[in-house]
Amino acid sequence: MSRVGIIGIGHGVFGRRSDATVQELAFEAFRDALEDAGIARDDIDASVIGSVPEYHKQRSLPGVVQEYLGVNPKPTWLTEVACASGSAAIRTAWMAIKAGVHEVVAVIGCQKMTELSTPEILGLMGRVGEVQWESVFGTTFPAYYALFARRHMHEFGTTRDQLLQVAVKNHHYGAMNPCALFRKEITLEKAKESEEVATPFQVYDCCANADGAACVILASEGAAREIAKKPVWLDGMGCATASMSVLRRPNLVGLPSAVEAARVAYEMAEVGPEDVKVADVHDCFTVAEILAYEDLGFCKKGEGGRFIADRQSYIGGKVAVNVDGGLKAKGHPIGATGVSMTVEIVKQLRGEAGERQVSDADVGLTHNVGGIGQYCFVQVLRRD
Amino acid sequence: MFKWFGKVNFSPYTKVAGFAQELRDGRLMASRCKACGATSFPPRADCAECLSGDFEFLEISGKATLHTFTKIVAAPTGFEDLAPYTVGVADLAETGRLLAWIGDTIAEDEIQIGMDLQVVPRIFEELEEIKVYYTLEKPGTAWTKTKSSA
Ligand SMILES: [Zn+2]
Repeated sequence: MSRVGIIGIGHGVFGRRSDATVQELAFEAFRDALEDAGIARDDIDASVIGSVPEYHKQRSLPGVVQEYLGVNPKPTWLTEVACASGSAAIRTAWMAIKAGVHEVVAVIGCQKMTELSTPEILGLMGRVGEVQWESVFGTTFPAYYALFARRHMHEFGTTRDQLLQVAVKNHHYGAMNPCALFRKEITLEKAKESEEVATPFQVYDCCANADGAACVILASEGAAREIAKKPVWLDGMGCATASMSVLRRPNLVGLPSAVEAARVAYEMAEVGPEDVKVADVHDCFTVAEILAYEDLGFCKKGEGGRFIADRQSYIGGKVAVNVDGGLKAKGHPIGATGVSMTVEIVKQLRGEAGERQVSDADVGLTHNVGGIGQYCFVQVLRRD
Repeated sequence: MFKWFGKVNFSPYTKVAGFAQELRDGRLMASRCKACGATSFPPRADCAECLSGDFEFLEISGKATLHTFTKIVAAPTGFEDLAPYTVGVADLAETGRLLAWIGDTIAEDEIQIGMDLQVVPRIFEELEEIKVYYTLEKPGTAWTKTKSSA
């Protein structure tokens, strides 16, 4: 089976970007990715946009982005699966190349969120829960993950300190990432003093809404070998779903979609969790990273709290997780997040991650969750 | 009249609209598939097991245990005036789970995963508006049940 390679990456600065429209953000990442790939705009056969439309005033985003990038009349389309929209865009580009329809495809994850107020965003995001039976009680996105956190603490003895140690780690690495929203270390004590959001969560358990864009350029194996000096291969592409309603899940201590997506991705890439050296996982809330350690098989179910407490997810531990700062420190422009994860893993596999480089990184993984695990995409990436 | 259900209702039209009428009369209803007997809470019109669209409501006791909970401090648009409020996910004795506010009969420091609960139908009538919902309360909490309107 022929492979699909990543030949170019671009990543704008995440944060409150009141200086730019969403297409201007997309342009920054796209221009960087073209330059990184060393190709011309005309070499792009199609673009795929990963974004969540509700947050924008502009309707039908691909049109305005495609025009601003100057890629007309080439085809474009949008993918939307909540916070996993970016990875869904990569998946459809990968599918188009695998099918032989296109040879070189640009994937742009982009999102402007900060034009809306926090309560408006809480309302919109809360409705990624089921609206008929759950949203009527004023559920929010942090509240859903808080329900998982409380249950995980109850069943496995996971502690508040362990949850917040995830935030401490991710801020530690975020401080080294010039594209991150927060570039400051935090202490456990400071995290514990922050305001309550949805118990047990405080502000430092939650990622921040942000604006931003990231871009990857994918190519067929033949084109990738011709163009790229250091192609990175998308060798495992897992994707799975779980019920919209958390009331219909088998349990509230894991995401079955993540377990299944990981199984598919590992099998396709013919690797196991023990082979992964570096991973970007979906830490929208501290507990989500702990669930990811377990669902991806980095440790057993229930042992995620101890995994962070033992610093197994730091560089030098069992597997370096979110050493770009994760959603927690980078910020979470929802459509851009999945693409941002892939950009980081490509940097790591090329050996270009600077002071946060994981040594001997040959196999990397991304884990991008949509909503409260209704959707999950897992990629296994490999260098030559 | 499913638009009655909830403080802010996002889905006024549904095949299980009768649920809200029953709740106003004090009855908590699950659904049962007439073809295969599969039950569901929240109720659903189309059977997840056998795909039949032939269903009936089945009254359940509302006896439940607390699966997990959270106190929401940062509230979304439309719920700011209630904050902070605590929502719980409860495992129902007969079938399924529900999510609801933890009500006045339970103090904050009494809330514990695994505790026994009673789901209590609530009506809220103001001017020309009626709202129905349910809360999670201490076992033994009483409420008014009117005669079946059917
Ligand atoms: Zn049936």
